[in-house]
Amino acid sequence: MPVKVDAAGKIYAPVTYAVGREKIREYARAVGETHPLHHDLEAARQAGHPDLVAPPMFAVVYTSAAIAGALFDPELEIDFAHLLHTGQEFVWGPLVVAGDEITTETEVKDVSERGGVAFYVFETRSTNERGELVCTGTWTNAVRGA
Amino acid sequence: MDVPELRVTPAPDTTVRYAGASGDFNPIHLDDEFARSVGLPGRILHGLWTMAQVARAQTEAADGPEKLRRLSVQFRGLGLPGEEIVVTSTVRETADGRAVVNVEAVQEDRRLIRRAVAELDLDAA
Repeated sequence: MPVKVDAAGKIYAPVTYAVGREKIREYARAVGETHPLHHDLEAARQAGHPDLVAPPMFAVVYTSAAIAGALFDPELEIDFAHLLHTGQEFVWGPLVVAGDEITTETEVKDVSERGGVAFYVFETRSTNERGELVCTGTWTNAVRGA
Repeated sequence: MDVPELRVTPAPDTTVRYAGASGDFNPIHLDDEFARSVGLPGRILHGLWTMAQVARAQTEAADGPEKLRRLSVQFRGLGLPGEEIVVTSTVRETADGRAVVNVEAVQEDRRLIRRAVAELDLDAA
C-alpha cells in the first residue's frame, strides 16, 4: 500500500482538555509518582501552586484525544494492525495544574518510507488557558509492511 | 548531581490502572488471549508507562516535576507485567544549572527503552 507522503503539514482542529484534580491523582498512582505536589493539595498550595500539579508525563493524558484524532484520520490510511510507537519526545514549559484548560493542536510533521517501513511523525503543541506553551510532543510511529 | 538507579516491578493490574488513567485501552495491554492472537507473548506494558518510569527517575532525583524540561526516548523491547525493570541514568554533562542525562530501561535481557535523553533544569522552581 502506498504511503501518503503528501500528508505532511496537515494540521488538525485543536482539542481542549480540562485538567481535574482526581485525574492527576489517578494518573500519579498509575505510574508510581509519590511526590506530594501530585497528591496533597495543602502541600501544592504551600509550594505556591493554585492546585495539584500534574506530573510531566501527564502530557499523555491531555494530548490523548488530539493525537488519537490524527492517528485515526482516514486520509492517512494507517494500518493499525502493524502500528508500533517507536519514539517519543516531550519538551515542557510551565507546570500544568488542576483547573487548567489545555488546548492541543496536532500536525503531521513527516510521512516517509524506508525499507518497507512507513514512518509517521506527529507534533502536538499544547497551550494553557493563558496561551503559554506547556508541552510540545513529537510522536514517531512505524508501520511494517508498507 | 546524580540520578540513582530506579527499580520497579509492574504489578498484574498495572496495565489496567494505566489504561484507565491514560485512556489507552488497546487490548494488547489488557487481554492475554488477544495479545497472543497477534503474536505477542501475552499482554504487554504501555510504552508510555515505561517512559513515565524513566521520567520519574529524573524528577525523584532532582526533587520536583518542574525540573524535567525535556525527555526523548526510543521504544524497543516488549515490557511484560511481573518482571522487574531497571532504569539506569548516567549524567552526561552539567553546566549553568542544567544537566543532560542518558537513560535506558531494561527488563531481564530486553532493553525496553534505549537512547533516552533527559534535560533537567536544577534551578527551576
